[in-house]
Amino acid sequence: MSMTQHAEPAVTSPPAPGPKGTDGRTAERPLALRLLARPEVGVFLGAVAVLVFFLIAAPPVRDGDSMANILYQSSTIGIMALPVALLMIGGEFDLSAGVAVIASALTASMTAYQLSMNVWVGVIVALVVSLAVGLFNGWMLVKTGLPSFLVTLGTFLILQGANLAITKLVTGNVATDDISNMDGFDQAKAVFASSFDVGGVQVKITIVWWLVFAALATWVLLRTKYGNWIFAVGGNKESARAVGVPVTFTKISLFMLVGFGAWFVGMHQLFSFNTVQSGEGVGQELIYIAAAVIGGCLLTGGYGSAIGPVFGAFMFGMVQQGIVYAGWNPDWFKAFLGVMLLGATLINLWVRRTATRR
Amino acid sequence: MDRSSHSRSRRMTPLVALAAAAALTLAGCSSSSGGKKAEESAEGASAGKANTPRMTVALVTHQSPGDTFWDIVRKGAEAAAAKDNIKLIYSNDPSAGVQANLVQNAIDQKVDGIAVTLAKPDALKDVIAAAKAANIPVVGLNSGVSEWQKLGLMEFFGQDETVAGEALGKRLNEAGAKKAVCVIQEQGNIGLTQRCDGVEKTFSGSVETLNVNGTDMPSVKSTITAKLAEDKAIDYVVTLGAPFALTAAQSVSESGSEAKVATFDLNKDLTGAISKGTIEFAVDQQPYLQGYLAIDSLWLYKNNGNYMGGGEQPVLTGPAFVDKSNVEAVAAFAAKGTR
Repeated sequence: MSMTQHAEPAVTSPPAPGPKGTDGRTAERPLALRLLARPEVGVFLGAVAVLVFFLIAAPPVRDGDSMANILYQSSTIGIMALPVALLMIGGEFDLSAGVAVIASALTASMTAYQLSMNVWVGVIVALVVSLAVGLFNGWMLVKTGLPSFLVTLGTFLILQGANLAITKLVTGNVATDDISNMDGFDQAKAVFASSFDVGGVQVKITIVWWLVFAALATWVLLRTKYGNWIFAVGGNKESARAVGVPVTFTKISLFMLVGFGAWFVGMHQLFSFNTVQSGEGVGQELIYIAAAVIGGCLLTGGYGSAIGPVFGAFMFGMVQQGIVYAGWNPDWFKAFLGVMLLGATLINLWVRRTATRR
Repeated sequence: MDRSSHSRSRRMTPLVALAAAAALTLAGCSSSSGGKKAEESAEGASAGKANTPRMTVALVTHQSPGDTFWDIVRKGAEAAAAKDNIKLIYSNDPSAGVQANLVQNAIDQKVDGIAVTLAKPDALKDVIAAAKAANIPVVGLNSGVSEWQKLGLMEFFGQDETVAGEALGKRLNEAGAKKAVCVIQEQGNIGLTQRCDGVEKTFSGSVETLNVNGTDMPSVKSTITAKLAEDKAIDYVVTLGAPFALTAAQSVSESGSEAKVATFDLNKDLTGAISKGTIEFAVDQQPYLQGYLAIDSLWLYKNNGNYMGGGEQPVLTGPAFVDKSNVEAVAAFAAKGTR
């Protein structure tokens, strides 16, 4: 069953094995319904609805600068939501993703500062550490067979404690030292945290990275063997293994991909704010997971897309900033956020049900 | 013998080469500016050491992990403990129930004194009564300026958040501000809300509050930028913690707004920003002093029967303003992480 699914990942319901085209479900469905059945269409409509809503309710949103700001906020969520979504399609999730971002930023900052190195040395060390955290998560999961909830909850707590304790031990403070006057900082800032001018609007480079990564992830998911493996291990691990999918490799590499994402966002934070507070990042993992789920990925795995989480993250940024642009009472801020997100998710669900009903 | 040493040296060769290569790489990559090398080695404040009998004191706070402010409180407490020949037991938890358990833990350890923050006074009422029943003196610090006497604490060291807010509001009037936005980084925190309320009380212009997600800096930055775009009349951004002030300054410059930034609390990056002029001023409640005095007061009580504040009034540690006129004097201490 999962084989049929990963051969044609965009189709929602796993078609029953049988002679093709005889039941009329796959071949003769109208184009519109087939489109609607794609995992990203529901969230796309939700995102459009939210965008239109705030364009009407909050006049400042119509400004180019505002849109750049909303997209910036979305991109810092979205870059992490991508690997988190791929991992989720592969049937697992990662609770350590939020603090992993800060762990990476702390590693880079402290390595460079304490050894008085070019900041790129710190950046590389942080990449190694981030990938190692992903490797550890994946390896523990595969070796022990424990659910990813437990394994990554453990890593979450370890990282949260280590972030604080190591930072305090090394710097004597709970925040890292300012590295903005060190060699290589400007280059690194150009890569991870610069902005450029588009028609008078300052656009953050993270937006570009976000879209590049999304395109890459979509291509990998839909056009490569590795993409098929991800769907297969998320659909049914045992049958995937039976048909020769390297389950262990796929799962571990997905966790390492989340590590890569954490590194990238961590570097953005470091080069954007010069110092890092060791207590940050807690709770962000749920936002990444929420963006992926709103983006059409199932918590149970085996279904989803890479473009869906892009809209999921956009919706998050749009709602969060839209409330401020609208000038609403800030006490209601989180309640608004929750209502909008639930609403969007319901649209998503409704679209998927309508599209797959007949 | 020969062979083994030979083979060992052969085995060592790649290792040595690797180490040498690493050393060279590191040398080639070293930064010529900034970094640890550039940091001056700074000694902590020290006032000799008491020869009184060793005592044990517990400091139990509602600090959430990794907050720069609490780090300074703890350093003050540690400095006083070192001076007074005190063994300091530090523990913390932001949830009131756990904090109460930590106080009970200190009672069980039969400490000679307890210093505690009263962010959620009601939750700590019973356990403070238990400490008094066990004849352990308890002092308060930081939060709870209006509740410490009701709970029967001996002394209190801190800042009245409303008073501090009022002082900042008056300062905004002097600066000729018309419209301020007060940025709360932790929705529902009573101390933060009191600060904004205090500002509102004395500021003759209008104040709006803005909630941001304090654990995610990029989102803090976007949200402040959004607010500045939504309301172009805002001419002052007031933040309630040093790291958020630095982020707010970025939002201001990127959004092309003319707004100025003022903040509560201080850290070493902030003093730099004040001398550069990117941040106007900070209200410093002197967290180092809070930690230091709380511990020192327990020593004074045990060894000389003293009450700071006469046992009636709180000892106020703020609001002390830091701006361009006095930042140079403060900067050196902030660099050590004690101011």
